[in-house]
Amino acid sequence: MTAGVVGGTTRGAAGEPEGGFAVETRELRKEFGRIVALDGLTMTVRRGEVFGLLGPNGAGKTTAVKLLLGLSRPTAGHGRVMGAPLGDLAARRRIGYLPELFRYQGWMTAREVLGLHCELARLPRSEWEREIRAALELVGLVDRADDRTETFSKGMQQRLGLAVALLGRPDLVLLDEPTSALDPVGRQDVRGIIGSLRDRGTTVVLNSHLLTEVERVCDRVGIVDRGRVVAEMSMAELTRERGVSVRVTGLDDGGREVAARFAPARVDGEWLFMDDITDADVPGLVGELVARGGSIHAVVPTRDTLEGRFMSLLAPDGRSGAGESGAAESGTPGTRGQEP
Amino acid sequence: MSALASILIIARLTLREAFRRRLLWTLAGLTALLVVLTSWGFSRISEASPITGPVQELGVSQATVMLAFMFSFVLAMTAVFAGSPSIGPDIENGLLLAVLARPIRRSEVMLGRWAGLAGVLVVYALVAGYLELGAVVLATGYAPVDPLTAPVYLAGQSLVLLTLAILFSTRIAPVAGGAMAVVGYGLAWMAGVMGGVGEAFNSDVLRGAGIVARLILPSDVLWRGAAGALSPSEGVLQLAGVNAGLYKFSPFSGAAPTPLWLAWCVAWIIGALGLGIILLSRREL
Repeated sequence: MTAGVVGGTTRGAAGEPEGGFAVETRELRKEFGRIVALDGLTMTVRRGEVFGLLGPNGAGKTTAVKLLLGLSRPTAGHGRVMGAPLGDLAARRRIGYLPELFRYQGWMTAREVLGLHCELARLPRSEWEREIRAALELVGLVDRADDRTETFSKGMQQRLGLAVALLGRPDLVLLDEPTSALDPVGRQDVRGIIGSLRDRGTTVVLNSHLLTEVERVCDRVGIVDRGRVVAEMSMAELTRERGVSVRVTGLDDGGREVAARFAPARVDGEWLFMDDITDADVPGLVGELVARGGSIHAVVPTRDTLEGRFMSLLAPDGRSGAGESGAAESGTPGTRGQEP
Repeated sequence: MSALASILIIARLTLREAFRRRLLWTLAGLTALLVVLTSWGFSRISEASPITGPVQELGVSQATVMLAFMFSFVLAMTAVFAGSPSIGPDIENGLLLAVLARPIRRSEVMLGRWAGLAGVLVVYALVAGYLELGAVVLATGYAPVDPLTAPVYLAGQSLVLLTLAILFSTRIAPVAGGAMAVVGYGLAWMAGVMGGVGEAFNSDVLRGAGIVARLILPSDVLWRGAAGALSPSEGVLQLAGVNAGLYKFSPFSGAAPTPLWLAWCVAWIIGALGLGIILLSRREL
């Protein structure tokens, strides 16, 4: 994909970091009959970063992850994962994967499932026990290690899937909706695990439509809509500060006009939203408002929310599945999501 | 690590699953029951009509072939039921996603599945087959023409049907694929009967239809081999007053397959596995 890249992301080989990208795709296209699941997906993931792949349901996120792993073949385009072509068997030894549709042999215990994946991942047998124990501890399944997985709840199966993905300290971990079956405590645990992966230099690709989750853990995001990356940028760029919101009472119409001299102002009840005001003008604005008899209750820097940017980047009729992070974010003074 | 090592990982996994899901124990229990019933039944036959001449020997031989036919049917159904859900459901429920994300090819997963189930079927066919034939020989004293090879042919037949079921499993839902494999097995047997009729009445059309059916699905080639191995000698047939030519008309008669037919059976299995690998490799996960 080439269109619609937002932000100053370095793209392609021109800005390739030393050691190459962890993931690099160019114009990946995937068709299922007449359905186009990916329509020229181009993106890069740097080594050691936590990259969020965001998009509404049906945007092509899971298809993209399957192509990266070689579980599906692209109709056109190409890509490299950990420096190897898509689907390369040797590269898969360095990749951990939690599928969106996670399911493990129900007749096996959690420990046996992990043992099987140690074998499939070609880990040295001498390391199996240590790896399995560490993975079980990490996801909090030590107490259920010897129970058959068919007795596990969905959340526990997802924890097991995460443990499977982390076996052998992979260089790249692909997590497809990793918290879809987890309770709030489980989600927090996963955020902690992703943070520790980042600390040890593991590249993480987090595929999610849960904006809050992505906002909290990702360094950069790629927003996918209708099979194309419509934006790829850092979280800082995506949620940068934009002006201030001021809660002021006791101000007459003239006072509000004074505010407009500093920057375009939008009034909503007691709140004054000034998106384009500069930092340097804020003390002057507050001084003028007080001088005009206003009582200042709050001055809050305004940030773009991920949800707001996300929604603004999607095609108008592509929003059906978006925004599941909830309305709690939108409309909160200090954020620029949906209007309050 | 070699492809063989990957295949062995999946084959061992399949064997463990068969063991854990009690397939092996069930087969062992049923075999024990079958051997006891066979011993009891044939000892009653022997008491009622001891082998004192070719007519009695012919009667026991036909009962033995019928027993083998029942066993071949059980083996065929076991092969179909074990093979039909071996690939497709694992794709649909997501189980294969995690496996295939590892450094393992789809072909290795399929061949591993086949090898594991083939191991179960061959061991079951040989152990149960020899035990049942041993029970017949002990109970009646009947000595078939070639008792040692009959279970080998039956094991081969089960491999053909297992391969067919796994081939279907790469693309077709288990119930539909299993039904198709069972129908294929039945049609192949019936085509073999018609081919026998063609031989008996010198009909080129029926003979040709039988050959084509065996080329498409060679399970009946191996069944006929087992039936032939358990049949009485031509000398016994003559002494019993049976026309050897007409005997071929019987759906429970047979003869050892030619080396060419045996080679075709092996080639068919290899070809069907190859086709299955192609179909699986092109399937979207």
